[in-house]
Amino acid sequence: MRHRVFDLDGFQYLQEASPQQGQAQETKFEDIKFRYVGQRIPRVDASLIVTGKALYTHDYFFQNMLYAKILRSPYPAAEVIDLDFSPALALPGVKAAIKLTSGRIRYIGEPIAAVAAIDEATAEEALKLIKVDYKILPFVVSETKAMEEGAPQVLDSPNVQKLFEYTRGDIKEGEAQAEVILERTYRTAIEVHHPAETHASIAYWKDGRLTIWDSTQAVFSVRDQLARALNIPASQIRVIKKYMGGGFGSKLGLNDHTIAAALLARETGRPVKIVMTRRENAYCLGNRPSSLITIRGGAKKDGTLTFLHMKNLTGGGVGRGDRCSEPLIDIYRCPNVLVEEYSVFTNTCASRPTRAPGHVQGTFALESFMEELAAELKIDPLELRRRNYSQRNLGDTGLPYSSKGLLECYRLGAEAIGWSRRNLIPGQTKGKMRRGIGMATQIWWGAGVPGTLAEIKIYPDGSVEAICGTQDIGTGTRTYIATIIADTLGLEPKDITIRIGDTDYPWAPSSGGSQTTPSVGPAFRDAALKAVERLKTIAAKKLDCPPEKVEIQLRRFINKDNPEKAISFNEVVRELRRVTVFHGERGDLPAGYAYNSFGAHFAEVEVDIETGKIKVLKVVAAHEVGRIINRLTAESQVIGGVTQGISASLFEQRLMDDNEGRCVTTNLLDYKIITMADIPEIIPIFVDSPDPRINNLGCKGLGEPPRIPIAAAIANAVFNALGVHPRQIPMTPEVILSLLKGEAKS
Amino acid sequence: MNNKKKDKKGISRRDFLKRIGGGTVGTAVTTRFIKPASALVFHQEGETPLQTKKTISFTLNGRPLKVEVEPSETLLDLLREKLHLTGTKRICNHGSCGACTVLIENQPIYSCLYPAFKVEGKNVLTIEGLSQGEKLHPLQQAFIEHDAFQCGFCTPGFIMAALALLRQKASPTLEEIKKGLNGNLCRCGNHLKILTAVKALASQKGGGL
Repeated sequence: MRHRVFDLDGFQYLQEASPQQGQAQETKFEDIKFRYVGQRIPRVDASLIVTGKALYTHDYFFQNMLYAKILRSPYPAAEVIDLDFSPALALPGVKAAIKLTSGRIRYIGEPIAAVAAIDEATAEEALKLIKVDYKILPFVVSETKAMEEGAPQVLDSPNVQKLFEYTRGDIKEGEAQAEVILERTYRTAIEVHHPAETHASIAYWKDGRLTIWDSTQAVFSVRDQLARALNIPASQIRVIKKYMGGGFGSKLGLNDHTIAAALLARETGRPVKIVMTRRENAYCLGNRPSSLITIRGGAKKDGTLTFLHMKNLTGGGVGRGDRCSEPLIDIYRCPNVLVEEYSVFTNTCASRPTRAPGHVQGTFALESFMEELAAELKIDPLELRRRNYSQRNLGDTGLPYSSKGLLECYRLGAEAIGWSRRNLIPGQTKGKMRRGIGMATQIWWGAGVPGTLAEIKIYPDGSVEAICGTQDIGTGTRTYIATIIADTLGLEPKDITIRIGDTDYPWAPSSGGSQTTPSVGPAFRDAALKAVERLKTIAAKKLDCPPEKVEIQLRRFINKDNPEKAISFNEVVRELRRVTVFHGERGDLPAGYAYNSFGAHFAEVEVDIETGKIKVLKVVAAHEVGRIINRLTAESQVIGGVTQGISASLFEQRLMDDNEGRCVTTNLLDYKIITMADIPEIIPIFVDSPDPRINNLGCKGLGEPPRIPIAAAIANAVFNALGVHPRQIPMTPEVILSLLKGEAKS
Repeated sequence: MNNKKKDKKGISRRDFLKRIGGGTVGTAVTTRFIKPASALVFHQEGETPLQTKKTISFTLNGRPLKVEVEPSETLLDLLREKLHLTGTKRICNHGSCGACTVLIENQPIYSCLYPAFKVEGKNVLTIEGLSQGEKLHPLQQAFIEHDAFQCGFCTPGFIMAALALLRQKASPTLEEIKKGLNGNLCRCGNHLKILTAVKALASQKGGGL
């Protein structure tokens, strides 16, 4: 197989590409000694960030650039009868206007039209001049009301639709075997991503080719979807993203505003920039669907689960809700399971994936249920989980896990939080301030995507370049690429020039779902190993020994049998005589195994029973994600996931005005996000053990895992403190106070 | 009332919200009692609003500068859109996130709420003015060492807020650092690392920033 590869300047290289894919045998990682991988390596591009020099999409300014704005529907349900741009186009400074709506409006904020003008203020002014005739239609934004008989129909299909169902065994049989049966309902609110950098795009056409600078987690998805939307070949589109201010799932696909920018740029022949406002982010660029989950389940007196029956009503506006049942289906050994999930549609903007979609809501329900079941059974909640531990997926009925370090997470986490300090009987402490400790289990995917490509270019002068289309969304992608290559080639991370975030580079998957590190890392490792092979052959000649006797050390090659003999990296590379490209690919996942990451969070809280305020005192987050590539950035990832989870557990919810159909939490004062004042002690712990099959580094993804179990861990700690379970997030003071009132009555 | 993070009574808007809201209560309701953020700055009592374009002179990152500003232009607009100093970020444009924090006469200011014309004759320091060529400021070093950012978008604002804090008090306690940086939002959730970085620098340096 021969690949034709072009670099940016149009030079062409021909290079043998290895057809090697998916080595099914286990890797013996003990033989591999890493100098940097697994250490605490500061980010290679950190100085750009701390000096403000890193360029985000917001930060690009081009000559002759126009600014676009989008006219959005003020009605939650309507038909656009007529649209008149002429008054807007007559405004000095307005250069173009385009229609975006197909006529039917289903939520407030749905795009109707867009204008491009010489500055944002003029574009804003022009929007007010566009004349729109609406036929206003009935709407519904409350999920409860949307389910009622005779509710206005949101889409062209019913408001409640089956999303997912799953069954194994027979829950009736499981119910007959159960000695304790419990039924509980849990609720999670709609959460909004609110990435620091609002969504933004810049579009520019030159010689028939479209270049897009986009604040995105997925340059290739944007390119491919845009090609379809504009009906032009994907080869005629280049999407670039160098730095991005957060996404959390809201930037995984093509946006309407990007299409608008591309069309307006084509019409005007000028670059067009479009930057979403914070307000737009709040009500029309996605959110995490709500969930209303009822779990009915049973166990024997020793804690053995006999059945689990889960029903979910999940709301994602005009988009689908989240499938939340995966944790319940997978984590615990249970022969009889029935899952029924339904989407409830409302006249609000469509949901988008949000860091660990479905797992956050599903884990909150499942792990809260396990805690309540443990109390019912009078079994230590951690012990209940251990007794139902599984070695295979689908509740011990499916494939064996290639690696599973969950027991170790339980042990290390329990030790670090001081598990024995918890209230043995929930709510046993008295007084105004009540403390409790709780925990919850996490499962996620994150094995990476086979077929991810990477290139390492070695220049005859010894310089090395790493090229891949992938994105760094704040996780430190550039740094681990540099680390992996440096380790393999015997260099230092600072020696590697990193070029990423561009669809003109080799393909990589979107940066979502915890898949970037286990996709891109192995692809670069593969490319670097191929380079090593070639360099060792050259070195062997110089060292007068067979290639297998050559060992790489820092910046030099030695003859293992005669360590006195050495040749420098630069001398060997000079023999390549030209810029040489080494291609890497992330191989296949060996079949016959399940690849998942695991973890357990432990939280200690203090509840003020007079104010209802919860203070999270300490969180221990133990995770098993295979090999840790960079301990420093991995810790940040965990701390970030936990912090976001605390924020969602205590504060965050998008509120709608049911009568107007309008979002009322449209800024960062009304939509509350955690600040410094509420940050507890957070202790990340890693069970650092490479998975023997998953890829050539043994690493799994860490993006979503730390976001998943924290809410349940906090709610369970509150349960441990008060003796009543909140059963919903966010656990605002009102929720806690009414919980305590209900308890006092009963 | 001006838009300094701490007004004379020592309460920031966010603190204020936290107090009346108990940190968590009734998000939509409490803020209805608060004036829109933009009203807080532009026309203070007894002050004549700027009616037309005006050329102003001020010192930006140690260099004198003369520039024409619009009556409605904020300092953030001036820095980003006109001067293309894009290190100062816009997250909320509403005085609630701190990403646009710059120092005016050593005071931390939300530049998204600060009228550009009011910097006349003043000293303005932005993130771009912090390092000396290639030599990073100790705060910047501390942020790198402790990995005190993820996406990095809120980082310039946090660094400027931390700088103001450390210039006011050389060795703040952890609680004081939390309070001093409470007007800045970080969506990636890296607060703990930011705290660690600032605390480490504060105990090691003991002022002199």
